[in-house]
Amino acid sequence: MSADDTQPTLVVEDLQTHFFTKAGIARAVDGVSFTVGRGEVMGLVGESGSGKSVTGFSLIDLVDPPGEIVGGRILFQGEDLVTASEERMQQLRGNRIAMIFQDPMMTLNPVLRIDTQMIETIHAHDPKVPKEEARRRSRDALGQVGIPSPDERLRAYPHQFSGGMRQRVAIAIALLNKPDLIIADEPTTALDVTIQGQILFEAQKLCRETGTALIWITHDLAVVAGLADTISVMYGGRIVEQGAIDGVLDHPVHPYTRGLLGSVPGHNTRGQRLYQIPGMAPSLLNLPQGCAFKARCPDADAACEARPEIDEPVAGRRVRCFHPHLEAAQ
Amino acid sequence: MSEAIDSTAEAPGTAANAGVETPFRRFVSDFFDSKVASAAAVVLGGIVFIAVFAPWISPQNPYDLAQVSILDSKLVPGAKSMEGWTFWLGTDGAGRDLLSAMFYGLRISLGVGVMSGIVAMCIGAAIGLAAAYFGGRVDTLIMRIVDIQLSFPAILVALILLALLGKGVDKIIVALIIVQWAYYARTVRGSALVERNKEYIEAATCLALGHNRIVFRHMLPNCLPPLIVVGTIQTAHAISLEATLSFLGVGLPISEPSLGLLIANGFDYMLSGKYWISFFPGVALLITIVSINLVGDQLRDVLNPRLQR
Amino acid sequence: MTVFIIRRLMQSIAVMFVMSFLVFGGVNLVGDPTEIFLNDEATEVERQQTIRAMGLDKPWYIQYGKFIGNAVQGDLGKSFVYSEPALGIITERMPATFELALAALVLAVVFGIPLGVFAGLKPESGISKAVMAGSILGFSLPTFWVGLMFIMVFAVMLGWLPSTGRGETASLFGIDVSFLTFDGLTHLFLPALNLALFKISLVIRLARAGTREVVHQDYIKFARAKGLTTRRVIFVHLMKNIMIPVVTVLGLEFGGLIAFSVVTETVFAWPGMGKLIIDSIQTLDRPVIVAYLMIIVVVFVVINLIVDVLYSILDPRVRLQDVKA
Repeated sequence: MSADDTQPTLVVEDLQTHFFTKAGIARAVDGVSFTVGRGEVMGLVGESGSGKSVTGFSLIDLVDPPGEIVGGRILFQGEDLVTASEERMQQLRGNRIAMIFQDPMMTLNPVLRIDTQMIETIHAHDPKVPKEEARRRSRDALGQVGIPSPDERLRAYPHQFSGGMRQRVAIAIALLNKPDLIIADEPTTALDVTIQGQILFEAQKLCRETGTALIWITHDLAVVAGLADTISVMYGGRIVEQGAIDGVLDHPVHPYTRGLLGSVPGHNTRGQRLYQIPGMAPSLLNLPQGCAFKARCPDADAACEARPEIDEPVAGRRVRCFHPHLEAAQ
Repeated sequence: MSEAIDSTAEAPGTAANAGVETPFRRFVSDFFDSKVASAAAVVLGGIVFIAVFAPWISPQNPYDLAQVSILDSKLVPGAKSMEGWTFWLGTDGAGRDLLSAMFYGLRISLGVGVMSGIVAMCIGAAIGLAAAYFGGRVDTLIMRIVDIQLSFPAILVALILLALLGKGVDKIIVALIIVQWAYYARTVRGSALVERNKEYIEAATCLALGHNRIVFRHMLPNCLPPLIVVGTIQTAHAISLEATLSFLGVGLPISEPSLGLLIANGFDYMLSGKYWISFFPGVALLITIVSINLVGDQLRDVLNPRLQR
Repeated sequence: MTVFIIRRLMQSIAVMFVMSFLVFGGVNLVGDPTEIFLNDEATEVERQQTIRAMGLDKPWYIQYGKFIGNAVQGDLGKSFVYSEPALGIITERMPATFELALAALVLAVVFGIPLGVFAGLKPESGISKAVMAGSILGFSLPTFWVGLMFIMVFAVMLGWLPSTGRGETASLFGIDVSFLTFDGLTHLFLPALNLALFKISLVIRLARAGTREVVHQDYIKFARAKGLTTRRVIFVHLMKNIMIPVVTVLGLEFGGLIAFSVVTETVFAWPGMGKLIIDSIQTLDRPVIVAYLMIIVVVFVVINLIVDVLYSILDPRVRLQDVKA
C-alpha cells in the first residue's frame, strides 16, 4: 500500500466516454488526459454540457447506461481502472477514491440515520472494525468538518440538517477512510457564499496536511482561482487548455479560456457592456467537425476544420488549438 | 419553445387550419403505435359487435324454451344437436347452446357494466366539477364523503347496498353506480382543480360568465383525458364486479343471465369434469376485461404527455 | 407521536359512529322487518304484538339508542336463521377469514415484492416483461373464475390438492388455526393463492414503480460511490425507500382482502365470515347482516389506524414533523 511518493496519484490518458442514445451518440468525454499528483488540487472547469461531471463519474465507473467508457486509460497509483473488475472498483470507491456530489439535498438517504450511513462506509471496507470504534471515527469526522454536537447529530436524519450541513456530512463521509483521491463534483454550487468559503478553506487545508489529491469540478472560475494548483479547461468533451493555475488565469492562451476570463466582470471596464462569448455551447450529440469551438472563435479559419491535438508550446502549459495566443504566456 | 419554427404545432381546436396533423389524428396514430393495444382495441370492437348483434348472430336463442331440449344437456364441445348443427362450445345443464348463451350473456354483462359506468361518470363528474369549482366547505365535505366511501372496498359497498335494496336489474345498476361515482368524482375534481387555477378561468369569471358556462364549456373539456382513462378501467371493474355479484347469487336475476350467472351455473358440474360450462364464459369475461384494461393502459400513456400543454 | 395517535383515534371513533348510524338507518328503516316473521295470514293484532315485542313502534332515535347501547355491550341481536346471538356467530367464523386474508397477504408480499423489484431494476429483460404481462392478467382475471379454474386443474384434473373446505385445525392461543397442520396447509393454499392473485399484481406494479423511481436518485448513486456492495444498496437503501408506499397500500388493501374473501370463501366453501354474509343476504337474516357490517367497519377503522401509525414509524420525515407541530 505504500505508494511511491513521486508517482502521481492519478494519470488519465485519452479517456473517452460516450452515451449511446436513440438520438445519436453523445461524446461526453472525447479524449481527455490529465495528471494529478499527490496532495495536488486540480480544478476541472467548464460550462454545463462540457462533459466535466461525466469525466468525474467515469473515474470511478459510475456512469449510468446508456453511457459507457469506450477508450483510454485511468491509472490510479499505477493501476488501470478501466480494466478493473466491478469488485475491485467497489473496493476502491469510498475507500481509496471518494466522491462528493453536487446536490446535498438528495445525496443522503432520507430514511436512514446519519450514523448508519457513516458506519456502513467504514464496514464496507473493513468489516472487522468494532461498532463502537466505527461510531467514534464517525463522530470525529463530523467534528472535523465543523458540525457541532456530533454525538446528537449522529442519531439524526438527513432532513433535520440544512443544505450546508448535509454537504459537510457528505464530505465527512468522503474522508472517513482517508482516501488518496477525492473527486468533488460542484460541491458548493448549491450552497451560499459564506459556507462555500469555509468548505474551500478546509478542503485546501486537508490536502496540504494529508497528501490527498483533489479534483474540484466546477463552472465557477472564482472558486478555482483561490483553491487549485492546476487547472484543466473543458469544452465540448475535450480539454482545451491545461496548466498551473496562475499561468492560465493570468495569461490564457486558448481563445475559449480568453473568452471566459474576458467575460468576468472584474476584467471588464466599468460602464461598458460585459463581454460575452458569442453563440452557444454545442450539444454533445452534434459536435462540429474539427475544432469544437470554431463556430464561436474570433480567430477561426480554414485550418480549424481539422481536429486540433494537444500541444505543449510552453513548458507546463498544454493547449488544443491551431491559433493559440502564445504571446500571452511568456 | 421554438414555435415559430415548428409549423406542425397546432393550437387545439383550430381544425380550420388544414394542417397535416390535428391533435385527434396525432392521438389516433400514437394510440395505434402499440401493437398490443391495437390488438386489444380490435378484440374489444369484436366483443361489442357480438354484444350488440347477439340475437341475430347466435345459432340459437337459449332463452326460447321451444328451441332448447333437455336431451341435449351437458354435451361436450363439438357435439351435434338433434337438428344436426354443432354445439361449438357444448351445452349447459339445461341443454342450452353454450356459445349462444355466452353471446347473450356478453350482451347483458357489457350492457350493465357500460350503462352503470356512463351514469356514474356523469354523476361523479358533475359532483367533482362542483367540488373543484366552488371550493371551500363544499369541496371539503364532498371529498370527505368520497374518501370515506373509497376507503371501503367496492365489493363490500355493493354487498351492503344489495342487502338493503334486494334483487333486480335496476337495483344492480343502482348499486354499481353508487360504487363507481366516487372514483370519477375524485379524478375529475383533481384535474378540475388544476384547471381552475389557470388564468383563463379567472378571465372567464371576470367576464361574468355564468357558473354553468364556465364549468361545462371551459373546465370540462380539459378534464376529459383523465376521465376517459379512468372510465375505461372503471368499466372493466364494473363488469368484473357485476359478474362476481351474479356469481355469488346476489346479482342479476336468472331472467337476465350475465356471464357471472353462467359461470355459477357451471360450478356444480365442475367436480364431475364437465368444465366447459364454466370455462368458456369465464374466458369470454376474461378477454373482455383484459382488452378493456389494455386499451385503458395505452390511453393513459398516450393522453398523459398531452396534459402537459 | 402520542398526540398523533390520539388524534387518529378520535377520528376513527367518529367514523364508527357515522357508519353505525348509516347501517342502522339503512337496515332498519328500509323495508319492513316484521315481514320476515309473519306469514300472510297474520292478523293485525299479531302484527302489532310483534312490532311492540321487537321495539319497532318506538321513535327511531330510541331504537338507535337501544341499538348502540346493546352494541357496546356486545349484543347485536339474534340471528333469525340460527337463533343465536349474531355477534357470536360472526366471531366464531372470524379466525377462518382472518387466517385466509393473512395467508394471502403473506403470499402477496413474498411473491410480489421480489418480482416487482426485479422488474424495476431490469425493465428490459424478458422475465420482467413476462412479469408485467402477468400482472395485467392478475388484476383483470375475475377472482371467482380463477378459483374455479384452480379447483378444476389442481383438484379435479391433477388431484394434487383438496378442492374445498378448511383442513384440520390446531389451537394457537385458544384460537383454532389451520396453518399449523399439514392437512390444514393443503386446504389453505389454493384459496389463499386465489385471494392473493389480485394483490400480487398490485404489489408487483407498486414495487416496480417505486424501484424505478428510487434507483435513479442521487442517494443510491452516492451509496455506490461509497463502495457499498450491490446487495447492500438494494436490500437496505432501495428497499427501505420503496417499503413505505408498498406497506401503506398493502395495509389499506388488507381490508379489501377481508372483503374479497367473500368470493373465495364461496368458491372454496371456506367456513368464514364471507360465506356467512352471502347466505345471510339471501335469507334476509338482518341481525347477522347488521352485526357483520358493524364488525367490518370496526376492522377497517382499526386497520386504517394501524397503517397510519406504521407509516409514521417507517417514514421519519412524517414522524418528526408531527413532533415539531
